[in-house]
Amino acid sequence: MAKELIRFENITKSFEGTTVLKSLNLSIHENEFVTLLGPSGCGKTTTLRILGGFEAPDSGRVIFDGEDITSLPPNKRQLNTVFQKYALFTHMSVADNIAFGLKIRGTDKDVIREKIAYSLKLVGLEGYENRSPSSLSGGQQQRIAIARAIVNEPKVLLLDEPLGALDLKLRQGMQYELIRLKEELGITFVYVTHDQEEALTMSDTVVVMNQGIIQQIGTPEDIYNEPQNAFVADFIGESNLLDGIMVHDCLVSIGGLEMPCVDTGFGENNPVDVVIRPEDVELDAGGKGQTHGTVTSIVFKGVHWEIRVESEIGITFLVQTTEHFPVGSNVGISVDPYNIQIMNKPSREDEQVFDQNESAHGENYES
Amino acid sequence: MNRSKSRLLSIPYIIWVIGFTIIPIIFILSKAITDSDGALTLANLLAIFDPIHRKALIMSLSLAFISTVLCILLAFPVAIILRGSHIRKKSIILFILILPMWMNFILRILAMQMLISNNGIINNLLTGLGLAPMKLINTPGAIVLGMVYDYLPYMLLPVLNSVLSIPEDVIEAAKDLGSDKLHVLTRIIIPLSLGGVGSGITMVFVPSMTEFVIANILGGGKIQLLGNIIEQEFTVSMNWNLGSGLSVALMIFVLITSFLFGRNREEASTGIL
Repeated sequence: MAKELIRFENITKSFEGTTVLKSLNLSIHENEFVTLLGPSGCGKTTTLRILGGFEAPDSGRVIFDGEDITSLPPNKRQLNTVFQKYALFTHMSVADNIAFGLKIRGTDKDVIREKIAYSLKLVGLEGYENRSPSSLSGGQQQRIAIARAIVNEPKVLLLDEPLGALDLKLRQGMQYELIRLKEELGITFVYVTHDQEEALTMSDTVVVMNQGIIQQIGTPEDIYNEPQNAFVADFIGESNLLDGIMVHDCLVSIGGLEMPCVDTGFGENNPVDVVIRPEDVELDAGGKGQTHGTVTSIVFKGVHWEIRVESEIGITFLVQTTEHFPVGSNVGISVDPYNIQIMNKPSREDEQVFDQNESAHGENYES
Repeated sequence: MNRSKSRLLSIPYIIWVIGFTIIPIIFILSKAITDSDGALTLANLLAIFDPIHRKALIMSLSLAFISTVLCILLAFPVAIILRGSHIRKKSIILFILILPMWMNFILRILAMQMLISNNGIINNLLTGLGLAPMKLINTPGAIVLGMVYDYLPYMLLPVLNSVLSIPEDVIEAAKDLGSDKLHVLTRIIIPLSLGGVGSGITMVFVPSMTEFVIANILGGGKIQLLGNIIEQEFTVSMNWNLGSGLSVALMIFVLITSFLFGRNREEASTGIL
């Protein structure tokens, strides 16, 4: 793995008595795309602001490139931030916005002009030098904000929900642009979002946070396929989160139905959480399967159908499949042992299952 | 709301405007361009260039200019301090600053007269301490003091409003790009507050320039502003034609200056949007 660039050491932070970060430890490496992902109030934005120098931790240290930067003000740090609401200087032209950091450093005028042109080209807005930021669309303004940050050639680019204010189509386009930019620039990106799809699409490493505590660090595949606790499983994607009892290694009982799995080391007859992704539940119209159930609803979602099946074992499964099953039909239900994910029951409050409905709406203005 | 209803609602205002704005202006204009016999003349308007009137006009312009600059210099630090302070503290400070506005402005000027007159509170304190008394009242400085005292809130409120409405992340973005505190002030806060400064200037400069009550009370009739001369033409000399002519000339000056500020403000406010 690449060289370590940033290290958070035992960072704790509270605001007016509310603890936002609880002894957070995190390493970020050179040229890594790290996403801090979590619901509103999980501490991800505070973590980013501590790295940017806008908040001071109550205790702990921030190490950047081997140096302790905990008490360094933002203007002395070798990193730049892209803010959620662009934060462009509306009294300046696009070119003056981009040149802002370069002028402070006393860069030569001709060099500045070249760099402005280069950074505008990178974000696909060539020739926009003399425009006023207020004459641009939201997506264009965010590109200018990105250009304004990257033109300073920071070692790390911090992005605080930069796509949060854009509409869906634009957001998806910008995700690919950000990946491309990161590859072209070869710098570290630290990205904050509450949108799990964004995190999975762009990141090398996803850091899932809840209530000021890191729940899991891993690649998008790890986080999706091998969630370490019920919170992560529930927050990332949709899932069937079931109560189970681990009969012994490789056998779990769900609602009295014993299902083979591949997990070991959870003891015998221990209560566990079981995660089965909706796309991993297999239905059979002929009734073949480990158990049976009745289709209670079916909704067309474009790529797949989303089906709810009430099973004989008293559990309603959420199923995603490309086949159509009419409501009321009797189907067989089975799950491949590899697709059953076993997790320990939550031992701490922050690992509790998160209410997905809340995540869908809140969190645009987390401070 | 339908059209006839909104027309009905506007009737009181229309009567007000016709009675107290349009008719008086027509009256003043007609007086300004005629002599006492009713014959057309430009003499009343051009009288602004008579030495004595020119002197008063220059005095009015300079005192108004100095007062306006002082108001800007006083308002900005307060606005910046208030921006950084906690919300409860903010409302207390703001309340104290606005409090004088609750008092009649002539009363405030009379109070100021008590403070700075030759046998006033300040000079009594000075002599009590064994110091020589100072000549405060009946100076241009006293008039400026009165103008600043009276008009400061009209500068403070718009300046404060525009300083407070600068989003925090814009300031953070400047710091992030390498600005220190002074750079943030000169490149971000001040340019983004120009809209408020512009409205403040109009609200302080225009009344200061046409001021005569403050000059009467704190200037003791020794310092002639154009406003005083106009007042005397109407009340003492009873030369309404000359008074109107000078008024119209002053109005033209006010229009020119507010046009200049107004243009600045437009540029600044399109920037803010």
